[in-house]
Amino acid sequence: MNDIWAGLEAAFWLIVTLNTDLLEITLRSLQVSLTALVIASLIALPLGTWLAIRRFRYRRATIAGLNALMGLPPVVVGLIVYLLLSRSGPLGVLGLLFTPTAMIIAQVIIITPLIASITHQAIRELWADYHDLLISLNTTKKQRIMTLIWDARRTLLTASLAGFGRAIGEVGAIMIVGGNIDHATRVLTTAIALETSKGDFALALGLGFVLIALALAVNFTIHALSRTERDSTW
Amino acid sequence: MRLAVTTSFHNSGLSDLLLPAIRADLGLHVQLLVVGTGQALRLGRAGDVDAVLVHSKTAEDAFVSAGFASHRRPIMYNDFVLIGPASDPAAIRQASDVKEALRRIADAKVRFVSRGDDSGTDKTERRLWAAAALQPETFDPWYKSLGMGMGASLNTAAGLNAYILADRASWLNFGNKRTLVLLFSGDPALFNQYAFLPINPSRHPHVKWAAAAALEKWLAGATAKALINDYKIAGQQLFIHNAQH
Repeated sequence: MNDIWAGLEAAFWLIVTLNTDLLEITLRSLQVSLTALVIASLIALPLGTWLAIRRFRYRRATIAGLNALMGLPPVVVGLIVYLLLSRSGPLGVLGLLFTPTAMIIAQVIIITPLIASITHQAIRELWADYHDLLISLNTTKKQRIMTLIWDARRTLLTASLAGFGRAIGEVGAIMIVGGNIDHATRVLTTAIALETSKGDFALALGLGFVLIALALAVNFTIHALSRTERDSTW
Repeated sequence: MRLAVTTSFHNSGLSDLLLPAIRADLGLHVQLLVVGTGQALRLGRAGDVDAVLVHSKTAEDAFVSAGFASHRRPIMYNDFVLIGPASDPAAIRQASDVKEALRRIADAKVRFVSRGDDSGTDKTERRLWAAAALQPETFDPWYKSLGMGMGASLNTAAGLNAYILADRASWLNFGNKRTLVLLFSGDPALFNQYAFLPINPSRHPHVKWAAAAALEKWLAGATAKALINDYKIAGQQLFIHNAQH
């Protein structure tokens, strides 16, 4: 229990004194994971919707594959992205390894299947209700997708937040492709891993509490901005 | 420029002292990748770093002769120590040399934690077992090979109340010692040389060769010598600078 109290105390002092290193890695955590979230959402929301309304030959296999990819081990994603971006790999000339961009790429790969799967599930149920109406109104495919996405926005918000949660708390992949370089690619989770390895449990736990607080803050902000739990429709 | 260094070097805290000085003297921003010696050499081989600072002479010599680094420059050394529970059930405090200490651990079959991650420390440990005519592969379950860095392994040893081989710097800087204490040190076989190896630009034309050369000159020079030799934790000198001019 002493270690946990020491962790809470460390978190308190880190925040109260507005530690500059903490501020830097927190902002980098946010920057990496939010960028990954935006890119993944731009891919996954239309993809999940398209999978729900479109009938094609390997649909079942595609959906099963997508669901399986939700459990993709981040370490494996990290290793593959690392091998691709390494100077000796096929994309080595881009010089992206050990940069925040590499971390964003890895996180996009990790969270896109998760967001797409939840999107598909939500839209499929909605499509069952809307099918006849949207067909009878003679809508184009694009209009149908936009309508479904808009009307399912609350569930899709949950899908995106689940993706964000997985991204911000992830350490296996970004440790490999980012390298945990101080003042360059260090984020909250890799800093926690580092402090744990030094045996400084209080600081590690303190950073952990900061991470939890950050996740809460982002979730509250997004809910506030999207005006859920307000109006008549809560 | 990017420099791959060993976990034991970084965990000692010396890098926090050297990096700002390098920045002030050379205007060079060094990005550290903290990994085991084995992985550091792999990063160098792939051209993903501009130089490596590691501690395993055999692996370094092979690296140079394969042409991945242009040369090897010894910079400084510290030593390895045997850590274990304060009660010392294998009685290695009384051992006359490290071979005898390891034999006593094997005879007593007390828990021993090994890095098992192909790092410089891991390679040294395996070399020491071999010197004592013992094969870790044949040991009972008391020998735990982890595949983790120095800090994580020390955490595990503290949790299991086990023996472990560590470098002195990491041990002194480690924050979670619990019942573990330093039990054996001082044998010349535990000598731990760190060397700087710049990646060969003829293998990887994109490496920042000039920056690596400037850093090497600085590390071998007088400023680095003073900083390294004066670095103390709990009153103990950690590293001894021995680069040749």
